[in-house]
Amino acid sequence: MTTASATIDKNGLDALIKALAGRGFRVVGPTLRDSAIVYDDIGSAKDLPEGWTDEQDGGTYRLVRRNDEALFGYAVGPHSWKKFLHPPIQSLWKAARSGKLTVHVEGAPSVPEKFALFGVRACELHAIAIQDKVFLHGPHGDPHYRARRENAFIVAVNCSKAGGTCFCVSMNTGPRVGSGFDIALTELADRGRFVVEAGTERGREVLAELPQQQASNEDAAAAGKVIEKTAASMGRHMKSDDVHRLLLANLEHPRWDDVAERCLACANCTMVCPTCFCTTVDESTDLTGTESSRTRRWDSCFTIEFSYLHGGTVRPTTRSRYRQWMTHKLATWHDQFGTSGCVGCGRCITWCPVGIDITQEVAAIRGEPT
Amino acid sequence: MVPRVARVRRRTREIADVSTLTLEMEDGRPFRYEPGQFNMMTAFDVGEVAISISGDPDRAEDGLVHTIREVGIVSGAVARLTTGEAVGIRGPYGRGWPVDVARGSDVVIMAGGLGLAPLRPLIYAVLNARKDFGKVVLLYGARNPAEILYRAELEQWRRRLDVDIQVTVDTARDDWYGSVGVVTTLVPRATFDARNTIAYVCGPEIMMRFAAAALRDKGIQDESMYLSMERNMKCGIGLCGHCQMGPVFVCRDGPVFRNDHLRPLMSVKEL
Amino acid sequence: MEGLERIVREHPFFSGMKEEQTAILAGCAKNVRFEAGQYLFHEGEPADQLYLLRSGRVALQISSPERAVTIQTVGESEIVGASWLVAPYRWGLDAKALELTRAISLDAACLRGKCEDDHGLGYELMKRFMPILHQRLQAARLQILDVYDIRK
Repeated sequence: MTTASATIDKNGLDALIKALAGRGFRVVGPTLRDSAIVYDDIGSAKDLPEGWTDEQDGGTYRLVRRNDEALFGYAVGPHSWKKFLHPPIQSLWKAARSGKLTVHVEGAPSVPEKFALFGVRACELHAIAIQDKVFLHGPHGDPHYRARRENAFIVAVNCSKAGGTCFCVSMNTGPRVGSGFDIALTELADRGRFVVEAGTERGREVLAELPQQQASNEDAAAAGKVIEKTAASMGRHMKSDDVHRLLLANLEHPRWDDVAERCLACANCTMVCPTCFCTTVDESTDLTGTESSRTRRWDSCFTIEFSYLHGGTVRPTTRSRYRQWMTHKLATWHDQFGTSGCVGCGRCITWCPVGIDITQEVAAIRGEPT
Repeated sequence: MVPRVARVRRRTREIADVSTLTLEMEDGRPFRYEPGQFNMMTAFDVGEVAISISGDPDRAEDGLVHTIREVGIVSGAVARLTTGEAVGIRGPYGRGWPVDVARGSDVVIMAGGLGLAPLRPLIYAVLNARKDFGKVVLLYGARNPAEILYRAELEQWRRRLDVDIQVTVDTARDDWYGSVGVVTTLVPRATFDARNTIAYVCGPEIMMRFAAAALRDKGIQDESMYLSMERNMKCGIGLCGHCQMGPVFVCRDGPVFRNDHLRPLMSVKEL
Repeated sequence: MEGLERIVREHPFFSGMKEEQTAILAGCAKNVRFEAGQYLFHEGEPADQLYLLRSGRVALQISSPERAVTIQTVGESEIVGASWLVAPYRWGLDAKALELTRAISLDAACLRGKCEDDHGLGYELMKRFMPILHQRLQAARLQILDVYDIRK
């Protein structure tokens, strides 16, 4: 860990947002909308959800006012940064026809939108790294992801409050941010200041422009305590070191029938999960049939068409589809990408309409009382 | 991600609902590939579908060959393209049939129905280097005599004296004088040295499972068998998630798999 | 007679059987041949023979008024006939030679009699019969699945 060298106040934070905007970044971060804290464009520190926190549990998300004015006093909401790096809808190419025989195909340009991701949590840094492995490191890369990812500036935040469904500690993904950020902040809400550290050269350059003070030893200690307190108050736990073996040895466990009776196959979990990456493609054509285009959009393994083949579907039951999602996330992801697919953010638990809890499902398969 | 444009040079009707297209890339360059690989073919304005390549990999200059069965809207549109029409090609993708591993051994090729199409490039590759292999046996099962694919070519191969070709059909009328019975019934009577044979199997999944069992009964180990799998594919390059079967992506880790790795996956229902 | 005994003994169906036993069975045997197109038997007729094919090919067929469908073909070294084992001993299929076919035919009543007299001999026969029937049942099941038809 790089030792933090400075602290900034809320004005400094505001200046940070403006400095990034000034460098041509589209700054996106947490903001309050529709009774939730979502990720969207922010123009200043005023757009952050000051004084709000979230109460999360299985199938439950509520915003509650804090008794302080913390800017980052909440966990994660329904959005993840994948909505910017791996957008829900992406144009792939357009084709123009002249006559029956001539077709001209043009790939959609990978418009390099420069995002500054403001307020990235430790679990989310891991999620981004996991998606990097999927989209950048295989034999075929995704040029659209690459363009957005290479340009992204990341301002990370150490969590000062563990969410009700968080279990990053179990997954070794937090709450302290590790690497992969340009700047990292730890909020000391009681004194309205942020301990800052740079993770890259360009992070250092931006920080240098901000009004700041030297970080005292006491500031650093306070920051450490914030993170410790978060780590000790996780909402959920999962014994994660043996999950690969556990799940793959129990593909016919009766628990799958049990969860299938509760699961609605609504696909919420895959939409909110920061690492889920499945997509499908749609072809569309104009009425004259002279122009067609292909678009990629998010898809989910919970849909019945996902595994359609030759007039039937390989996974016709909710049981097999839930099993596919969970064993992929926690087990076969290791075989494919060398890490777990789960970062312990708890979104799938919070946003499941029936409150299915992945940590509980694992415990049940292990044979522990739930 | 973006298809290259190719043009139909020739279209041949094979059996009912099945056609073979010979394509020429718009840039004129020969399309090179390994036997067992596939392309994502785009019928513009309709959609995209994964189709195995069915030509002779040593004769890429003669055009890119695909045999397509009309199963759905997209494959139907591709199969009915006529001379001169444009089609989009992304590929070649996937891991194909490993040929080198069989040099010095007997070769058994088992095809069921349309499974003969993805195997044809392998057959060409073996026949093009015939002296590198021991006995070469092709066991082919079709639904009925009218649905025997590449019939003229099978008869041509049979006229060679160095390949053993056995064809059977599931049912036949009174006018068929060949074998009737599922393709597994050809295995007990086939002649090869099971201790030194590599087997390649392609067809509907049920057929492949029982074919592998029949080959095992004859003494071939799973490590010496290769099967070609199929799953729903959207991207063909391991990024959309659709073709997963347990830990593998059929488009990227397959479609050809060695059976010792494949068999535990195939035995899980609805995997 | 000695020639027939040797032929019976050497047929793969009896492989591994003791010479005394094949000699007993040879007592039920005779050489037969069928020209191409000739029927070995018709559906409904008394099932009174077990055929051990020595060469050629036989089609097992089921007929409807419009057409005859071949369910299975059987060739050299294989056997034709299972209904002789089970009462009421009537053939369930037609069997037609597709090409010149030579076979040994064993009289079913004779076989059944010898098996009743010597249960050990009967068991040896069953041990050879069951795997063949089992294999044919498996194959028939696969056939029913009609795996090459994707229209389902």
